[in-house]
Amino acid sequence: MRDPRARTHSAPLAKDAPRAGDGNDWLPCAAPETMRHRAAMLERIRAFFAAAGVLEVETPILSRRGVTDPALESLSLMCPAPGQGSIGEHRLYLQTSPEAPMKRLLAAGSGPIYQICKVFRGGERGRFHHPEFTMLEWYRPGWDYGRLMEEVADLVRVVLQRPAMPMERLRYRDLFLDRLGLDPWEAAPQSLRAVAADIGMPDADRLELERDAWLDLLLALSLEPRLGRGCLSFVYDYPPSQAAMARIQRADEDHVGAAFAQRFELYIEGLELANGFQELTDAAEQGARFVRDLAERHRRDLAATPPDERLLAALGSGMPSASGVAIGLDRLLMIATGAGHIDEVLAFPLERA
Amino acid sequence: MAFYSTNEFKGGLKIMLDGDPYSIVENEFVKPGKGQAFNRVRVRNLKTGRVVEKTFKSGETVEAADVHDTDMQYLYNDGEEWHFMDPASFEQMTADANAVGDAAKWIKEEDICKVTLWNGVPLSVEAPNFVVLAITETDPGLKGDTSGGGGKPATLETGAVVRVPLFVQTGELVKVDTRTGAYVSRAKDS
Repeated sequence: MRDPRARTHSAPLAKDAPRAGDGNDWLPCAAPETMRHRAAMLERIRAFFAAAGVLEVETPILSRRGVTDPALESLSLMCPAPGQGSIGEHRLYLQTSPEAPMKRLLAAGSGPIYQICKVFRGGERGRFHHPEFTMLEWYRPGWDYGRLMEEVADLVRVVLQRPAMPMERLRYRDLFLDRLGLDPWEAAPQSLRAVAADIGMPDADRLELERDAWLDLLLALSLEPRLGRGCLSFVYDYPPSQAAMARIQRADEDHVGAAFAQRFELYIEGLELANGFQELTDAAEQGARFVRDLAERHRRDLAATPPDERLLAALGSGMPSASGVAIGLDRLLMIATGAGHIDEVLAFPLERA
Repeated sequence: MAFYSTNEFKGGLKIMLDGDPYSIVENEFVKPGKGQAFNRVRVRNLKTGRVVEKTFKSGETVEAADVHDTDMQYLYNDGEEWHFMDPASFEQMTADANAVGDAAKWIKEEDICKVTLWNGVPLSVEAPNFVVLAITETDPGLKGDTSGGGGKPATLETGAVVRVPLFVQTGELVKVDTRTGAYVSRAKDS
C-alpha cells in the first residue's frame, strides 16, 4: 500500500480530470490492480455481512420522487410509460441514496439489510467527487448509533486489511471547542467569519454565509484535514440544524443541555467516508422536515419534488427503531490504494463514459 | 458582460476579481456530504503574476475577463513603448514597460511574441522560448578552452547579460533559453 498521507487536502491539487478527445480516452483510468482491489473490497464486504446475518437487498435506482435535502441535487430523466409512448412520459429521478426504499423494507419487517448500489448527485465533480458513485448502505434495527459506529469500524478494518487500526470518537461540539475555540451551537455567523479570517481562510471577509455554511467551511477546510490520521475518526452529535434524517435528542428528563442530532460521520486520512444516523422513525417529524426542506429549496430557487408519501406511510405504519449508515466505496478504495484522485479508482469517469 | 458560474471553473479560465484579470491555476470542489459546497481555487493575477487562494460558494458567479493570447510581431521601441503588429490584420498596438516586463531584454525587431490582450490592450508579452542574439561585449576567453566549464558574462545586443562558455567571443551569435536566461549553444545565423 502506498502511504495514504501522500494524499491530503493540503497536498498539491491533482490536474484537471482527463478530458475527452485526446485519442486515448477509450482507455480506463483505473489501473488493473485497482480494479482487482475493487473486486476484493466488494467480496470482503459481502462476506462480512453474510457472517453478520445482514441480508443483501436491491431497490430501484429510478424513482418517482427526487431528493428534498437542499444540499443535494437529483438527476432526472423522462421515461415513457409502457404502451403510451411519449404521451405518458413522466419524470423519474436517479436516487441520491437508497434510504427511503430501504426504510420501507425495514418497516415491512425485513430485519437487518444492506445494499451496494450506484447513486447519483448532480453538480458534484472534483478530486473526491463524481456525480455517479458506489454506495454501501446498511441498517441495523434495534441498534443505537454508538453500536453501529463499532460495526462500521470493524467493516473498514476488514476492507483495508488493517485489523489493529485504532478508532476515536469526537463530539462535533468538542471538536470545534477544542480546535477552534468556538461553540457551534452558540456562535453567530460574524464570529464564525472572524475565526475563519483568523486562521487565514481566503475570502473570509467577502463570503456571505449562514451559520451552517460557515460551520461546513470551517469543518471542510480547517478541521477535516487533521481527522483520521492513521485512525478511524468518528465525529458525532451534530447541531439539530444539520440533522438530515437523524433523530434529534431534545432536552428532556433523560437529557440535560442543548438538543443535538444523533448523527455521525467517519473520517480517514482527512477524507469524509461515511454518514450515519440514529434513524428518524417519527412520520410526523419526517413530514415536517420534508416541508422545511422544500421551503428551503424554494427559497434557494432549487428544483423540488413532492415529499415521498410512501416513506411517510411506511414510517406511519411503525418502522422499528434503527441505526443506519452509508459509506462511499470509491473513496474507501482511494484510501485502500492511496489514490490522490477519484478518477484513479474509476474505470471510466464521466469525461470518458 | 459575460459571467462564469463556479461549476464552469477549470484551469486556465480567465476571470475578473477586484478589478484585476486573473487566470485560474487550480480549482478544487469541496463539499461535505450533507452540507454547503465550495470551490477553493488558486488564481494568478495576470497583471502582477502573483498567485493567491480564493474561496467561492458553489453556484456563485464571477465576471469573465476578456483576456486572450495572440501572436504578434515586435516592430520597434520608440524609447517609451514597444510597438507590435498583428501579422494577419497588420493592426498595430503598443505595450508599456509594465506589460513587456522581462521580455524587453530578449526581443528584437521582427520576433514573434505571444501577447496577452485584456480588453484589447496588451497586458503581458512573452518572448519566444529561444532567441538568437549577437554578443556585443565579453572578455576574450582562453584559447583552446572548449569545455564550457566556468564561463564568463556576455552582454547581448538587446542589453541582456548571460553566462557563456569561455570560447564564445564578441560578435558571435548565441542561442538563449528566455525562460531560464541560460545559454544553449552558439548559432550560425538568426
